[in-house]
Amino acid sequence: MTTTWARPSSAEGTDGAVTTYREALREAHREALRRDPRVFLMGEDVGRYGGSFAVSLGLVEEFGEGRIRDTPLSESAFTGAGIGAALRGMRPIVEIMTVNFSLLALDQILNNAATLLHMSGGQLAVPIVIRMTTGGGRQLAAQHSHTLEGWYAHIPGLRVLAPATLEDARGMLWPALQDPDPVLIFEHGSLYPLKGTLADPPPDVDIEHAAVRRAGSDVTVIAYGGGLGKALSAADILAAEGITAEVIDLRVLRPLDDAALLASLAKTHRAVVVDEAWRSGSLAAEVSARLSEQGFYDLDAPVERVCGAEVPLPYAAHLEQAALPQPEGIAAAARRAVRGDG
Amino acid sequence: MTALALDREALLAAGAPALLRQMIRIRRFEEKCVELYSATKIRGFLHLCIGEEAVAVGVISSLLPGDAVISTYREHGHALARGVPMEAVMSEMFGKATGCSRGRGGSMHLFDASRRFYGGNAIVGGGLPPALGMALADQMNDRSDVTACIFGEGAMAEGEFHESANLAALWQLPVLFVCENNRYAMGTPLAHEHAETDLTARAASYGMVAWSVDGMDVLAVQEAAQRAIALVRGGGGPCFLELRTYRFRAHSMYDPDRYREKAEVERWREADPIPRLTAALAEQGVLGDSEVDAWETEIAQEIAAAVEAAEAAPLEPVEDLTRFVTSEGQRP
Repeated sequence: MTTTWARPSSAEGTDGAVTTYREALREAHREALRRDPRVFLMGEDVGRYGGSFAVSLGLVEEFGEGRIRDTPLSESAFTGAGIGAALRGMRPIVEIMTVNFSLLALDQILNNAATLLHMSGGQLAVPIVIRMTTGGGRQLAAQHSHTLEGWYAHIPGLRVLAPATLEDARGMLWPALQDPDPVLIFEHGSLYPLKGTLADPPPDVDIEHAAVRRAGSDVTVIAYGGGLGKALSAADILAAEGITAEVIDLRVLRPLDDAALLASLAKTHRAVVVDEAWRSGSLAAEVSARLSEQGFYDLDAPVERVCGAEVPLPYAAHLEQAALPQPEGIAAAARRAVRGDG
Repeated sequence: MTALALDREALLAAGAPALLRQMIRIRRFEEKCVELYSATKIRGFLHLCIGEEAVAVGVISSLLPGDAVISTYREHGHALARGVPMEAVMSEMFGKATGCSRGRGGSMHLFDASRRFYGGNAIVGGGLPPALGMALADQMNDRSDVTACIFGEGAMAEGEFHESANLAALWQLPVLFVCENNRYAMGTPLAHEHAETDLTARAASYGMVAWSVDGMDVLAVQEAAQRAIALVRGGGGPCFLELRTYRFRAHSMYDPDRYREKAEVERWREADPIPRLTAALAEQGVLGDSEVDAWETEIAQEIAAAVEAAEAAPLEPVEDLTRFVTSEGQRP
């Protein structure tokens, strides 16, 4: 079984230094902490431990315990505290270890962060950034591996980001902190060691648009986060068969960039949506529905979805991999869309 | 119930007449709300604090304008005591554009950022974590403002109370935890909900100063609140006040109030904070009937004007339905 995917980086060959997704995130934090005294980071083990995934390693030494704050294991309290600090003029970054743990803070995220502006008639904006690890593939079993971004993307009032490249890992945090409203950033756990080069200075990125990561004309493959590398690998497989796939990285899961998806569909007339989450009620379902609603007459084949199997993610490697989208499965879905066979 | 055994000087020094007037104002406002609810002018859930006015008035009168208040869904009294204009509160309950939340919140979600009144949280315990964050921001910026977080005793069964108490004490945050203990979490009595009903002892176990106070005595509430606020403002970390009170009305307008004896309600009515203080003020010659009557007239006029304004106010245009989901203006 394949465990390495095509490189998702979109800016190779520039002058930059070799870095990793993890280091790019760390640099993004360092930049934000230097540029804006209102910015601080809090979460479990972000300080002395260096972050459970080492994103914040070294930051407490540089910025001190006042701005890199280790919290108790109290997801609701420290996420809610981030909301309060944002209401009071700060620009907090709250790190939650994994998306599964974020459920302990779901009340604060939904009932306060996403809701206060509207419920107060426009008086209370909540400029908080909440980051968390998401996704499977690391044999962490069913309470550390799920893909719940789609749940959050369901909620009006939130902006939901999924950096899948070094550029986005480096570049999304600053515009997220400039957003007057809550922004959630989902970091796929398999991406932290991702290596590549990053231009110096790193490119500015927006938090509005999807991006074409590979151009093609036969089928549009739509992916995000940890799925992007797999989609690019699938495109390699398909290219060897004479099928050119256009790979779109959603980047922003809410609000969705419908225009980018429809523009690609108008070119390829076929679409495959890749989503590690469970198929039922998924983000993939939403994307598929939008393509059908707004691009019906451009479609030459039904929209295909390649999603996670509908099981809590198991521990054993072979079972876990079988439960997740894989390049071969994505390629098969693309063949069905293009040729009617798998 | 101990009597208000204060002399004239002490009553005047405490500003007792103003406290009494504010309690009467809140009481009359809510009585009007009942009437308007029955007339279907106000809809949704309506939770009244009739009987609990001493908590709202005693605590909030002790805060400074720069301090913050985060409250619960039973917050009409807190909002009025904080200075949110009655007309804005009434208009909100009418669902009008001039409401303090532009008709998006209703009775349970009154907001006024200009007065640092942060609602209006209808998730029990949900207001506590944001209170910590506001206090944290003040602490990080060396400001001496205090964040008062008001919740019921029911919230002390929620995890958010325990997470928040721990974090506030751990970080020595300038938070005043105000537990408005009215003895019932909706219909469930204290002893059926808490294994340990000594709430003050539980709060103190987190390492913060905690006091229990007669919440039917506005002067006792005010005195305790002032001491607690001074402690918090002085950098002493969080403080917890349990204010023992009682709601004379049902949990909400939907509640048939089957879970408690009428005799119990009547016993507590004897401790009603309004006649109690009125009598003390009369006894000490601070206040006569004519002054109270004059207040009643003024308050009735204020309420009538608020209702009239709410009736006349425009509705938010339906085209604005999706406003305030995200902030308006330039995005990054």
